[in-house]
Amino acid sequence: MRLRPVGCSALLIECHDGAEVSAWRAELWRRREAGELRFLDIVPGATTILLDGVEPAAAALLADWPAPPAVSATDGRLVEIRTTFAGEDLADVAARWGVSSLVAAERLAATPLTVAFCGFAPGFAYLSGLPEEWAVPRLAAPRPRVPAGSVGIAGSYVGIYPASSPGGWRLVGKTDQKLFDVREDPPAFLPPGTRVRLVAA
Amino acid sequence: MITVMRPGPLTTIQDIGRPGYAHLGVPRSGALDQPALRRANALVGNEFGAAGLETTLLGCALRFEVTAVVAITGAEAVVRVDKQPVSTAAAFEVPAGAVLDIGRAQRGVRSYLAVAGGIDVEPVLGSRSTDTLSGLGPPKLADGMTLPIGAGSSSPPPNISEKSGVPDSGELVLGVRLGPRDDWFEAAGLFAEAYAISPLSNRVGCRLAGSALTRTQAGELPSEGVVLGAVQVPADGQPLIFLADHPTTGGYPVIGVVDDVTPLAQARPGSTVRFRAID
Repeated sequence: MRLRPVGCSALLIECHDGAEVSAWRAELWRRREAGELRFLDIVPGATTILLDGVEPAAAALLADWPAPPAVSATDGRLVEIRTTFAGEDLADVAARWGVSSLVAAERLAATPLTVAFCGFAPGFAYLSGLPEEWAVPRLAAPRPRVPAGSVGIAGSYVGIYPASSPGGWRLVGKTDQKLFDVREDPPAFLPPGTRVRLVAA
Repeated sequence: MITVMRPGPLTTIQDIGRPGYAHLGVPRSGALDQPALRRANALVGNEFGAAGLETTLLGCALRFEVTAVVAITGAEAVVRVDKQPVSTAAAFEVPAGAVLDIGRAQRGVRSYLAVAGGIDVEPVLGSRSTDTLSGLGPPKLADGMTLPIGAGSSSPPPNISEKSGVPDSGELVLGVRLGPRDDWFEAAGLFAEAYAISPLSNRVGCRLAGSALTRTQAGELPSEGVVLGAVQVPADGQPLIFLADHPTTGGYPVIGVVDDVTPLAQARPGSTVRFRAID
């Protein structure tokens, strides 16, 4: 873990991998709930955590903390997302994996996923869990409009579009699950740390 | 209630935004020139975080269906009530049925209107701000739209002499603290020359045009959280300073962070910006 200052009131924790990010996210969340430190926002990224709105003493305090315990594979809420595996790019993804579309769909349904971080749009979760060798590049030219509920892959992340928007992820499926609702608390169905299974609809 | 007679190109309802949801991909949003909104709220006796209106360059016109006390701060513009110019040095009353017109910004970009009681639209995630990136919050003002006014606050308008926060025309100097990804660049380049503010700037970010920054590290940065004022450098090397509606994470390296983005809320396209290193 390495700390980098971000402006005058934020810190970036650099981690080795997503597992360390998860451990720090859980630890920081717990310590904030316990009132040990005040941050306005704890924002996980792929290999970092941003602490925004920190007190000046936070850096010294954080540097003194022991490494947080690893998050176990059974921590976090588990949700199933009913998915129709018939995305426009499913055949393309399957070809890149060297399997049939049917096997590609089975692989996606069999892989346990976890929300690593959110971004791009409210409620858009980056789901980790696919092995690195299944990573696929983004589309060379993003689609001007991807419908809400589209399930896509970019790199080794799986993502689901909460609302229709332009997008460059390779689409493998579709779900009716609502992913962002301002009347819910939390408003996002998939906050960081949530465990996800895509279940064939 | 207020009826919109002339919405202007982009007039939005703004308050202090919705912090605390960045981990869910929700931008903070809120008024770009927070001190100006705070002053306007103080002038009419509102709490500092009450929702007001933020105009862009060409102002707006509003008909007040009830008598209301208002204050206007931010960009310098001619303000008229039923075509009669009024002074904006203090709060003033707009009689029921009168039309308040905020004219074109003569200096600065964004005027702020506070009305005693605040603009009382339904809050979304604790804020009435329009987020132009995600679409959260109320829509931007449109012809004929009506805006509810909150119950008047009991505190009398204080006698505050309004001080213009609009920077003098000419070069804007912004303090920037390098990092977190200054080691991806020949970072000294950021301070070498002035940049022009691009007309493509908006509430998401202030785009700059000038000499491109040189990368010393190739490759792609894994997505990471970004803050207000982050100076992000996309592939073309032209820096972009994130403003209130910025995305919560980004994949382009951030060379530094501007300590106060308020002057950018009032900086006109074409004006120049220079960076000054701070520790």
